[in-house]
Amino acid sequence: MRNLPVWIIAALLMVAGGLLCAYKVNVLGLPLLPSTDAAVWTVEARAAFRARGGPVKATLLIPREPPGFERLDENYISNGFGVSQEVSGQNRAALWAVRRASGIQAVYYRLTVFETQTGNTTHNDPFPGYPRVPDYGESTQAAVNALLNEVRSESADIATFARALIARMNREGANPSVDSLRTGGDSPGAWAQWLVDVLAGARIPARVIWGLPLVDGTRDATLVPYIEVHNEQRWIPMSPETGVVGLPDDFLVWRIGNDPLLAVDGGAQPDVRFSVTRSQRQIVSIARDRAKLHGSLMLDYSLFSLPVQTQNVYRVLLTVPLGAFLVVLLRNVVGVKTFGTFMPILIALAFRETKLLWGIVLFSLIVALGLGLRFALERLKLLLVPRLASVLIIVILLMLFVSLVSHHLGMNRGLSIALFPMVILAMTIERMSLVWEEHGAWEAILQGGGSLLVAAAGFLIMSNQTLTHLVFVFPELLLVLLGGCLILGRYTGYRLSEFWRFRAVLTGKDP
Amino acid sequence: MRWPGTILREAGILSMNQRNADFIMLNNARRLYPLVDDKLKTKELAKRAGIAVPALYGVIRTEHAINELDALLGEHKSFVVKPAHGSGGNGILVITDRRQGRFVKASGSMISRDELGHHISNILSGMFSLGGMPDQAMIEYCVQFDPIFEDVAFQGVPDIRTIVFRGVPVASMVRLPTRASDGKANLHQGAVGAGIDMASGQTQSGVCQNARVSTHPDTGAALAGIGIPGWETLLLLAARCYDLAALGYLGVDVVLDREFGPLVLELNARPGLSIQLANRRGLLPALKAIEGMESIPTAADERVALGLDLLAGSATS
Repeated sequence: MRNLPVWIIAALLMVAGGLLCAYKVNVLGLPLLPSTDAAVWTVEARAAFRARGGPVKATLLIPREPPGFERLDENYISNGFGVSQEVSGQNRAALWAVRRASGIQAVYYRLTVFETQTGNTTHNDPFPGYPRVPDYGESTQAAVNALLNEVRSESADIATFARALIARMNREGANPSVDSLRTGGDSPGAWAQWLVDVLAGARIPARVIWGLPLVDGTRDATLVPYIEVHNEQRWIPMSPETGVVGLPDDFLVWRIGNDPLLAVDGGAQPDVRFSVTRSQRQIVSIARDRAKLHGSLMLDYSLFSLPVQTQNVYRVLLTVPLGAFLVVLLRNVVGVKTFGTFMPILIALAFRETKLLWGIVLFSLIVALGLGLRFALERLKLLLVPRLASVLIIVILLMLFVSLVSHHLGMNRGLSIALFPMVILAMTIERMSLVWEEHGAWEAILQGGGSLLVAAAGFLIMSNQTLTHLVFVFPELLLVLLGGCLILGRYTGYRLSEFWRFRAVLTGKDP
Repeated sequence: MRWPGTILREAGILSMNQRNADFIMLNNARRLYPLVDDKLKTKELAKRAGIAVPALYGVIRTEHAINELDALLGEHKSFVVKPAHGSGGNGILVITDRRQGRFVKASGSMISRDELGHHISNILSGMFSLGGMPDQAMIEYCVQFDPIFEDVAFQGVPDIRTIVFRGVPVASMVRLPTRASDGKANLHQGAVGAGIDMASGQTQSGVCQNARVSTHPDTGAALAGIGIPGWETLLLLAARCYDLAALGYLGVDVVLDREFGPLVLELNARPGLSIQLANRRGLLPALKAIEGMESIPTAADERVALGLDLLAGSATS
């Protein structure tokens, strides 16, 4: 099997490229499609307290894995404090410690998160077990039982039960016995805890969670309580006011449970304020930061680590292989005739600026004018190199002329003709005139048209948003393309054009 | 309606891709290309091996030497100017006569000495050579073609192209110039190709512009039924060219001269595919059979016999 090595190498290249790409999609979260930006939130918690002058230890609870969000970055900012971080129950905690401090002290914790569609949207911790029925006291006990019985008859499962219960608890004047229970909380936090306690009466595990509504530009915000009910599979968040299931939009769960948000040893008057800012960032750059957090080298050596200017150069360069592959397909499988192998690709690159219609118009215009002048030059019997140089100069003059005329006519697209590869144009004109003379006008126009067709197709491929995004974010896909080229390099089948060439065989018609 | 590729495959038609990938690349070593791409080298090799070629009058290597054209031409009335590295018949100028200091082209039109000089200068600057490299202009004997093809050729020099695979001739055709091909014997320039029965050396009907024809488009004469004189010598000559340059997949172009008999005009490392249409026979069966052979005879006459056996075998089966 003569082609075996080619197939093996091509398969290896394709698998390597595919795997690398899959890794970047699945692990690093790089997007396969050129998607829009994602919202990135920066939350700053200012933890302030009054130090007593001795050693101080401040513990601030911070989010662990907030549902619907993914952490991009976090910073601890303080003046003279030592900082550490630990897991504390369901939360994480940031610890600031200092030997000696007095007066008002402030430490800052800054967190950057972005909304993810892929991560968990709810807490998925295991079932905590059924809670003990709390001791409500005699009179309350009766009211709770009456309420629970009433709700139980109207509900199907834990979620609907909890929801109905919360709704009923929040409705005023429905039932005198329930009204007596409504006095159970005087602050939102206490009210949420009271709901949890009542739910425990029905042996439903519930807990209070505290979150921050993310509103751009918020300052001095505080955490808002919410409750979660476990339905033996997962925690279901519910509003303590309405019983509506689910977290509100842009709600960052900060801590779980009622442990104090800020605990200060050696200080007093703990106070935590939040400020929130929102920004837009490309998903790609988010993925880069995330990879840094995960410690992946992959993105350190990606195109994103290059200066932006160089990145932009590669943004264009990396589309060239797409065009080259197209040329391979069109020439070896379809059999289109072109002037020069990759000339159409260079023309297609120029089309990026002029856009397709104008590109074709300008290209045809320059080539047609150049060809006319080239035939005039033919009479002068010039030597090859001086003639080529003359054609080149004529091409540049024509470009200048077209630019000037189109500018005066107010057609700004005509100006972008300056980006046409003039040497390529000159060579095209020269070769076209030779083909014209030797093989006739038809052959010359056929090849010129073929070149233009390939250039147009190349432009469409090379300016396709999805494809350009793919090769830029996943340059390893070029390995797949390389593998494809290797396989086509041993393609020995017929070109589509050969069906026409050998039509006499196909139809079997003799003259 | 069947897939066209299947029909072509069954007819044994060699495709451009397969010719390049399976035959040229595997059998023609790159380093041997200069031997056939440079017609001066080919001529020298052929002369050394005793293979008949058209006489070389001279070579023009510099612009300056164009001035000495007259001395070089001497008394020769007719001659051919060709680029040493030309391809596809480009840049070949056939001069059949000289009148009042002007030159008569094969087509009958006249050109001045200056125009001839300009053409040579174009050759030197590389206009017709592969890759545009500076080239040399060869001036050689203009073959006085055997009148046998007189009725089926429109001016120019008809030649006989034989495909020789690993030294075994597998197909031949006569290439007949037309008005459209301007006296050139290249099929893609519009010349007619007429197939040749390998066993008998008789021409068959042919192909022009990829369409089957049975008569010459300009003269109207029937293409088939012309017996080529000295056919066996010609096949032997073609087979021997394999020994000149060990190119496994070779096109040998031979002209029949009135006086000198078969002369090897040039060798081609990338012979075209139209010979299959001219012969109404795909090349693949013969090529595959030869490819499968463990050894090929070293003597040229045995290779000719092998080729004829092979074709006779495939014709009867």
